[in-house]
Amino acid sequence: MRAAVVVFPGSNCDRDVIHALRTTVSADTETLWYESSDLPKNIDLIVLPGGFSYGDYLRCGAMAARTPVMKAVRRFAEKGGLVLGICNGFQVLTESRLLPGAILANQSLTFICRSCTVRVERTDTPFTLGCRENQVLEMPIAHHEGLYFLPDEEISRLKKEKRVVFRYCGPDGELDDSHNPNGSLDNIAGIVNERGNVMGLMPHPERASEKILGSDDGALIWNSLHIWLEKGGR
Amino acid sequence: MTYTAEVLVYLKEGVLDTQGKAVKQSLQRLGFQDLEDVRVGKYIQLRINAENEEAARARAKEMCVELLVNELIEEFDIKVVD
Repeated sequence: MRAAVVVFPGSNCDRDVIHALRTTVSADTETLWYESSDLPKNIDLIVLPGGFSYGDYLRCGAMAARTPVMKAVRRFAEKGGLVLGICNGFQVLTESRLLPGAILANQSLTFICRSCTVRVERTDTPFTLGCRENQVLEMPIAHHEGLYFLPDEEISRLKKEKRVVFRYCGPDGELDDSHNPNGSLDNIAGIVNERGNVMGLMPHPERASEKILGSDDGALIWNSLHIWLEKGGR
Repeated sequence: MTYTAEVLVYLKEGVLDTQGKAVKQSLQRLGFQDLEDVRVGKYIQLRINAENEEAARARAKEMCVELLVNELIEEFDIKVVD
């Protein structure tokens, strides 16, 4: 696998993502500066990492979404390239309209940094095909703006189209308000685009890719991508 | 001519305004029981070189649509002064 990890001013999870990609699936990984309008040749995956791009000024991800590199990321996604946005990267994807919705301040109005559990709602995406249906994954979240929002009509369409990939849940997969850390509509923690090649999620798989970090469930995402590409992208 | 555009950005009706809610609760706790509602928004001041007020307003609107406002969740008002 050849992957590029985008670095915006204020990104801070880029090196963790590179480490996870290299150690779990031996991916050939490089960084991609936000000012570049060309992508490296023959890449399979672009990761938009977590952090505080542009200091979270104006709206989280708003300014990063309008950088030269994002034009190239959009072209890459339109051709079917795999794009993964984690935390701030998810916010960049919604702000750039590559994914629907908006991400608002947590209901508690506090920064939440802790481990949480999410349920895998789809196992037919390139990002989750190595998971079991309804498998519960433990990964940390670390955000102040993580409440996934979409207007009523659009959220029912999103659900009908099965675009929700991860939902916050209890240890046994229970979906209820007590296991919704940030007030996201319908416990949504991660979604995909219509074509299934662009995914955004708030939890950090790169911070849970080795047992020594408390959980290696996040490695399932890197492994899924690896399997998907080995099979020729099907 | 340089015009000043004052842009107010606020969350649309129906979008959960957690800040507004928290501020409202604090004010009510301070005894402002007559307080009906609070919405928290943003004020952005733009200095724009333009031929006339209308042109300045049009440019400010373009800036809102392109970056300053996320129209899925926010609304805006523009006031142009000399």
